[in-house]
Parts: sequence; C-alpha cells; structure tokens
Amino acid sequence: MGVGIEVTNLNAWYGTNHTLQEINLKIPANHATALIGPSGCGKSTFVRCINRMHETNPIARVTGTVRIGDLDIYEDAKPVEIRRRVGMVFQRPNPFPTMSIYDNVAAGLKLNGYSNRHELDEIVEKSLKNSALWDEVKDDLRKKSGASLSGGQQQRLCIARALAVDPEVLLMDEPASALDPVSTSKIEDLIFQLKSQYTIVIVTHNMQQAARVAENTGFFLNGRMVEFDSTHKIFTNPSDKRTEDYITGRFG
Amino acid sequence: MRTLTDHAVTGLAVLATVLVVAPLVAIFVYLVYKGASSLNLDFFTQIPKPVGESGGGMANAIGGSAMLLGLGSLIGVPIGIGGGIFLAEFGRGTKLANAVRFTADVLNGVPSIVMGIAAYSLVVVPQGHFSAFSGGVALGIMMIPTICRTTEEMLLMVPNAVREAALALGVPNWRSVLAITVKTASPGIITGCMLAFARVAGETAPLIFTAFGNAFWSSNLNQPIAALPLQIYVYAISPYEDWHRLAWAGALVLIVLIVLAVSLVRYVTSRGVLKGAS
Repeated sequence: MGVGIEVTNLNAWYGTNHTLQEINLKIPANHATALIGPSGCGKSTFVRCINRMHETNPIARVTGTVRIGDLDIYEDAKPVEIRRRVGMVFQRPNPFPTMSIYDNVAAGLKLNGYSNRHELDEIVEKSLKNSALWDEVKDDLRKKSGASLSGGQQQRLCIARALAVDPEVLLMDEPASALDPVSTSKIEDLIFQLKSQYTIVIVTHNMQQAARVAENTGFFLNGRMVEFDSTHKIFTNPSDKRTEDYITGRFG
Repeated sequence: MRTLTDHAVTGLAVLATVLVVAPLVAIFVYLVYKGASSLNLDFFTQIPKPVGESGGGMANAIGGSAMLLGLGSLIGVPIGIGGGIFLAEFGRGTKLANAVRFTADVLNGVPSIVMGIAAYSLVVVPQGHFSAFSGGVALGIMMIPTICRTTEEMLLMVPNAVREAALALGVPNWRSVLAITVKTASPGIITGCMLAFARVAGETAPLIFTAFGNAFWSSNLNQPIAALPLQIYVYAISPYEDWHRLAWAGALVLIVLIVLAVSLVRYVTSRGVLKGAS
C-alpha cells in the first residue's frame, strides 16, 4: 500500500543555485499527484529530494523535512533504505544494457542480496504483469537484452524494475516525454491502475496528461510552488494568476 | 559537387585505412615467407641445440613467455582495472585522482628499458639473482597504465542514467559500480587489457636484466627463464645462419600466439552476450 508524503520547508541547492525554495506540500496516499511548470522550475529537483537522489550530485544540498508515512527520510534512515521504499522512473528509459529482461526486473532485489530463485521468478512475473509488459516479453525473458526492446517497452520495463522492489511511493520524472502517443497512453493507463497500490508523483510537461491521470496537481515556478490543489480546480479555476497564465499558454 | 566531395572524402578514408593496414600485412607476409620454412614440430617441442648442431627449437621460450605474460597479467590487470575504477567512479575530481592519472600517463611514456631497470633494482638486486618473477613484475608494471586509463575512459562512457537507475533502486554505490557500471563497460575494459597484453608480449628490453633468458627448460619463478622476444633477439644478432632462420620462425610464432590469445579471450568473453545488447 502507498503512504502519504509530507514536505515541510524544503530547500535545495545545486552549488550556489537555490533551485527549490520553501516548499510545503502534502501528497495523499494512493493517489496520483502531478507536478507541472516550465523547464527549470524545480519539479525534477523536488522529486529527486523525495528519494534522496538529489544528494548523489556532490555539489547538491538540501534542508527541510520530508516525511514518508511516519519516516523522516533525512533523519531516520539511510539513502539506500529510502530508495528501496521510493521507486523512481526516469525521463529516458534506462534499462541496464548488459542484462536480460529478467535480470533487469530482478536487479534491485538481486543487487540487494536477495537470491531465492523461486520467489524471484514470481516477483519478476508479477512486476511485468503490473507494468503491462508480460505478454509482450514472456517468451524472451532470459534471451533478450532489456536494450533490445522498443522505447515504450523499455520504459514499462523500467517501471517493472521499480515495482519489483515493492516500493510504497513511485516517482515518475516525465516518464512519457520520450515516447510516442501509443506508448504514452499505455503508460497513462498503467498509472491509473498502479495508484490503487502506490502513491504516485508524476512530473510532466504535458498538461493534458496531468489532467488525465492525476487527482491533484502542483504548479511550480522559479523554484517555488505557486499553487497546489485538486487537478480539476487547477485547470478550471486556479486561485493564482500565474497558474492561470501558464495553463492557458501565456508563458512557459 | 556534393557527390564529388563525398567520393573524395571516402577515397581519403580508404587510402588512410590502406596505409594503416599495409605495413601490418607486409610484416606478416614477410615473416611467413622467412619463417614458415623453419617451422616444424621440433620448434615447438625442442629446446635450443648447442652451436654447431643443427635443429632444435624454442619450446622453452614459448613456455617462458607464457609464464611471464601470465604473471605480468596477474599483476597488471587487477591493479590497472582497480586504478581505473578509482579514477572514474570514486576519486572523480579529487587531487589524488589527478595525481594518479598524471602518474599513469607518465608511466605510459616511460621507455620499456627503464621499466626493466626499475624491476631490476626493485626485485633482482634485493634477491641477488635474475628470475622469472622479476620479469613478470616488469611486464606487469608496463601493463598498468594502459589498462588503468582505458578502464577509466570506458567507465566514463557508461551513461549516467545507468548509474542513477541502480542507485534509485536502493543499491549501495560500491555495488552499483561493480555489478552495473563495470559490467556495462566490460567489453571496452577487456579490449584495454588485450592491448596492454599484446604490447608487452613482444617486449624484449625489460626482460634483459630481469628474466635474463635461459637455454634450458625452467618453470621456476626464482630462476632465469627464456622468453620468445629475448630468444629472437639473441638468435637474430648471432653470426649463425641456422639461428637466423629460427629467429624468423620465432617472430612468426610470437605474432600468431598473440593473435590467438587475443582472439581466445574475445571469444570466451563474448559468449553469453544477449541479443540486442549494445
């Protein structure tokens, strides 16, 4: 089951660049939450603060609190533990090029020392079914490399890989921006199904996409969160002038 | 005009390729021409005969070279790869990494005979005698910089997205480096090792005051040992016609063995590669 995320006074820097300023936000469990805003507004940095990937960059710095469920991720746990509970799907599909489809999905478990073959088989099958890829690859699981799949299939493989470690939260950083419309709609269908089991945060440049998949939407601008509300309200009756300008296409 | 330019550039590229390959082919053809006639079973099974007796072979030198190269690889490959991993993954941007990289580049440019002197003063002098071990050390040290720098280059070519994918799964950094990044770069790393191997396989200078050469069988790490390049050198500058022929044969065998060894490693390491893996 998913858990909620509570962000308090979050600030983030790359070097001297103050990329996130005083973000306060409550993301409800088992819902999809979309983050929109122009390029460079801090959306990606924000999701990378939720699984502590931000700090893998040596010049990056964070202050503030992020709670996932009852866990204060910057106080109570190590980054590797957080990342097992918070899965991530990146903008460009990034399967491990030397691994088979099976090994790609099993990678997170295997590399964390999990070796029960029988259970691994089950988890791989379940994850691939959850990411709607199973029927397309079930005959080539060990024969084909993850890199041999099409872009859309690779992205669903990456989703399966993230699901296999059984996270509570799934972060998606523009997961469909490198994909064609058919693959995009498959990913969107997937998000719909997955949110019954996971809390999903999706960064997107595509406002229709936000409207289609997410119950709540946050609008970011210049490192600040301008507005956070139900998707319906954001797109029909935003309270902030800047949000309205952005969604009506006056800038960004 | 555009097709003309296209043809001209293609032509130049082909010409350059021919210029690169031609000497290689010429050398090989000449070696076959000069050496093949002296190749027989004796060459691979017999040790050198005393001056004046005809026949004899270089079996001891072939065995000796195999041993020296094996020992050199045992020393050079792990240290080189380890250094490369440090440069690309753990030490990026640190002063130590810059110092290591600079040292490796300098070491790469050091003449091989200087490597021989280094191994001589480090191993031969303290031990008090020439030995196969000291020869292996000399070759191993020579392999380190090439392997280290190619390993680093190959690791840096692995896209950051692959590293991030592993880290985002909660895999600890060291494990991600070993199981994902190094594995992804392994074809290139293996090529680097092969280059270094092929380079030192033909080295004579660093063996002169280390392995020293031996006219008899030896498999003792503590004793002087024969090596193909050394034997070729000694035979080629000798005044005997018979030995000259053996030297030609030896040079041919040396090249063929290097090609075989490199091909074998490539074959073994390319098996199990998946369809579509890049």
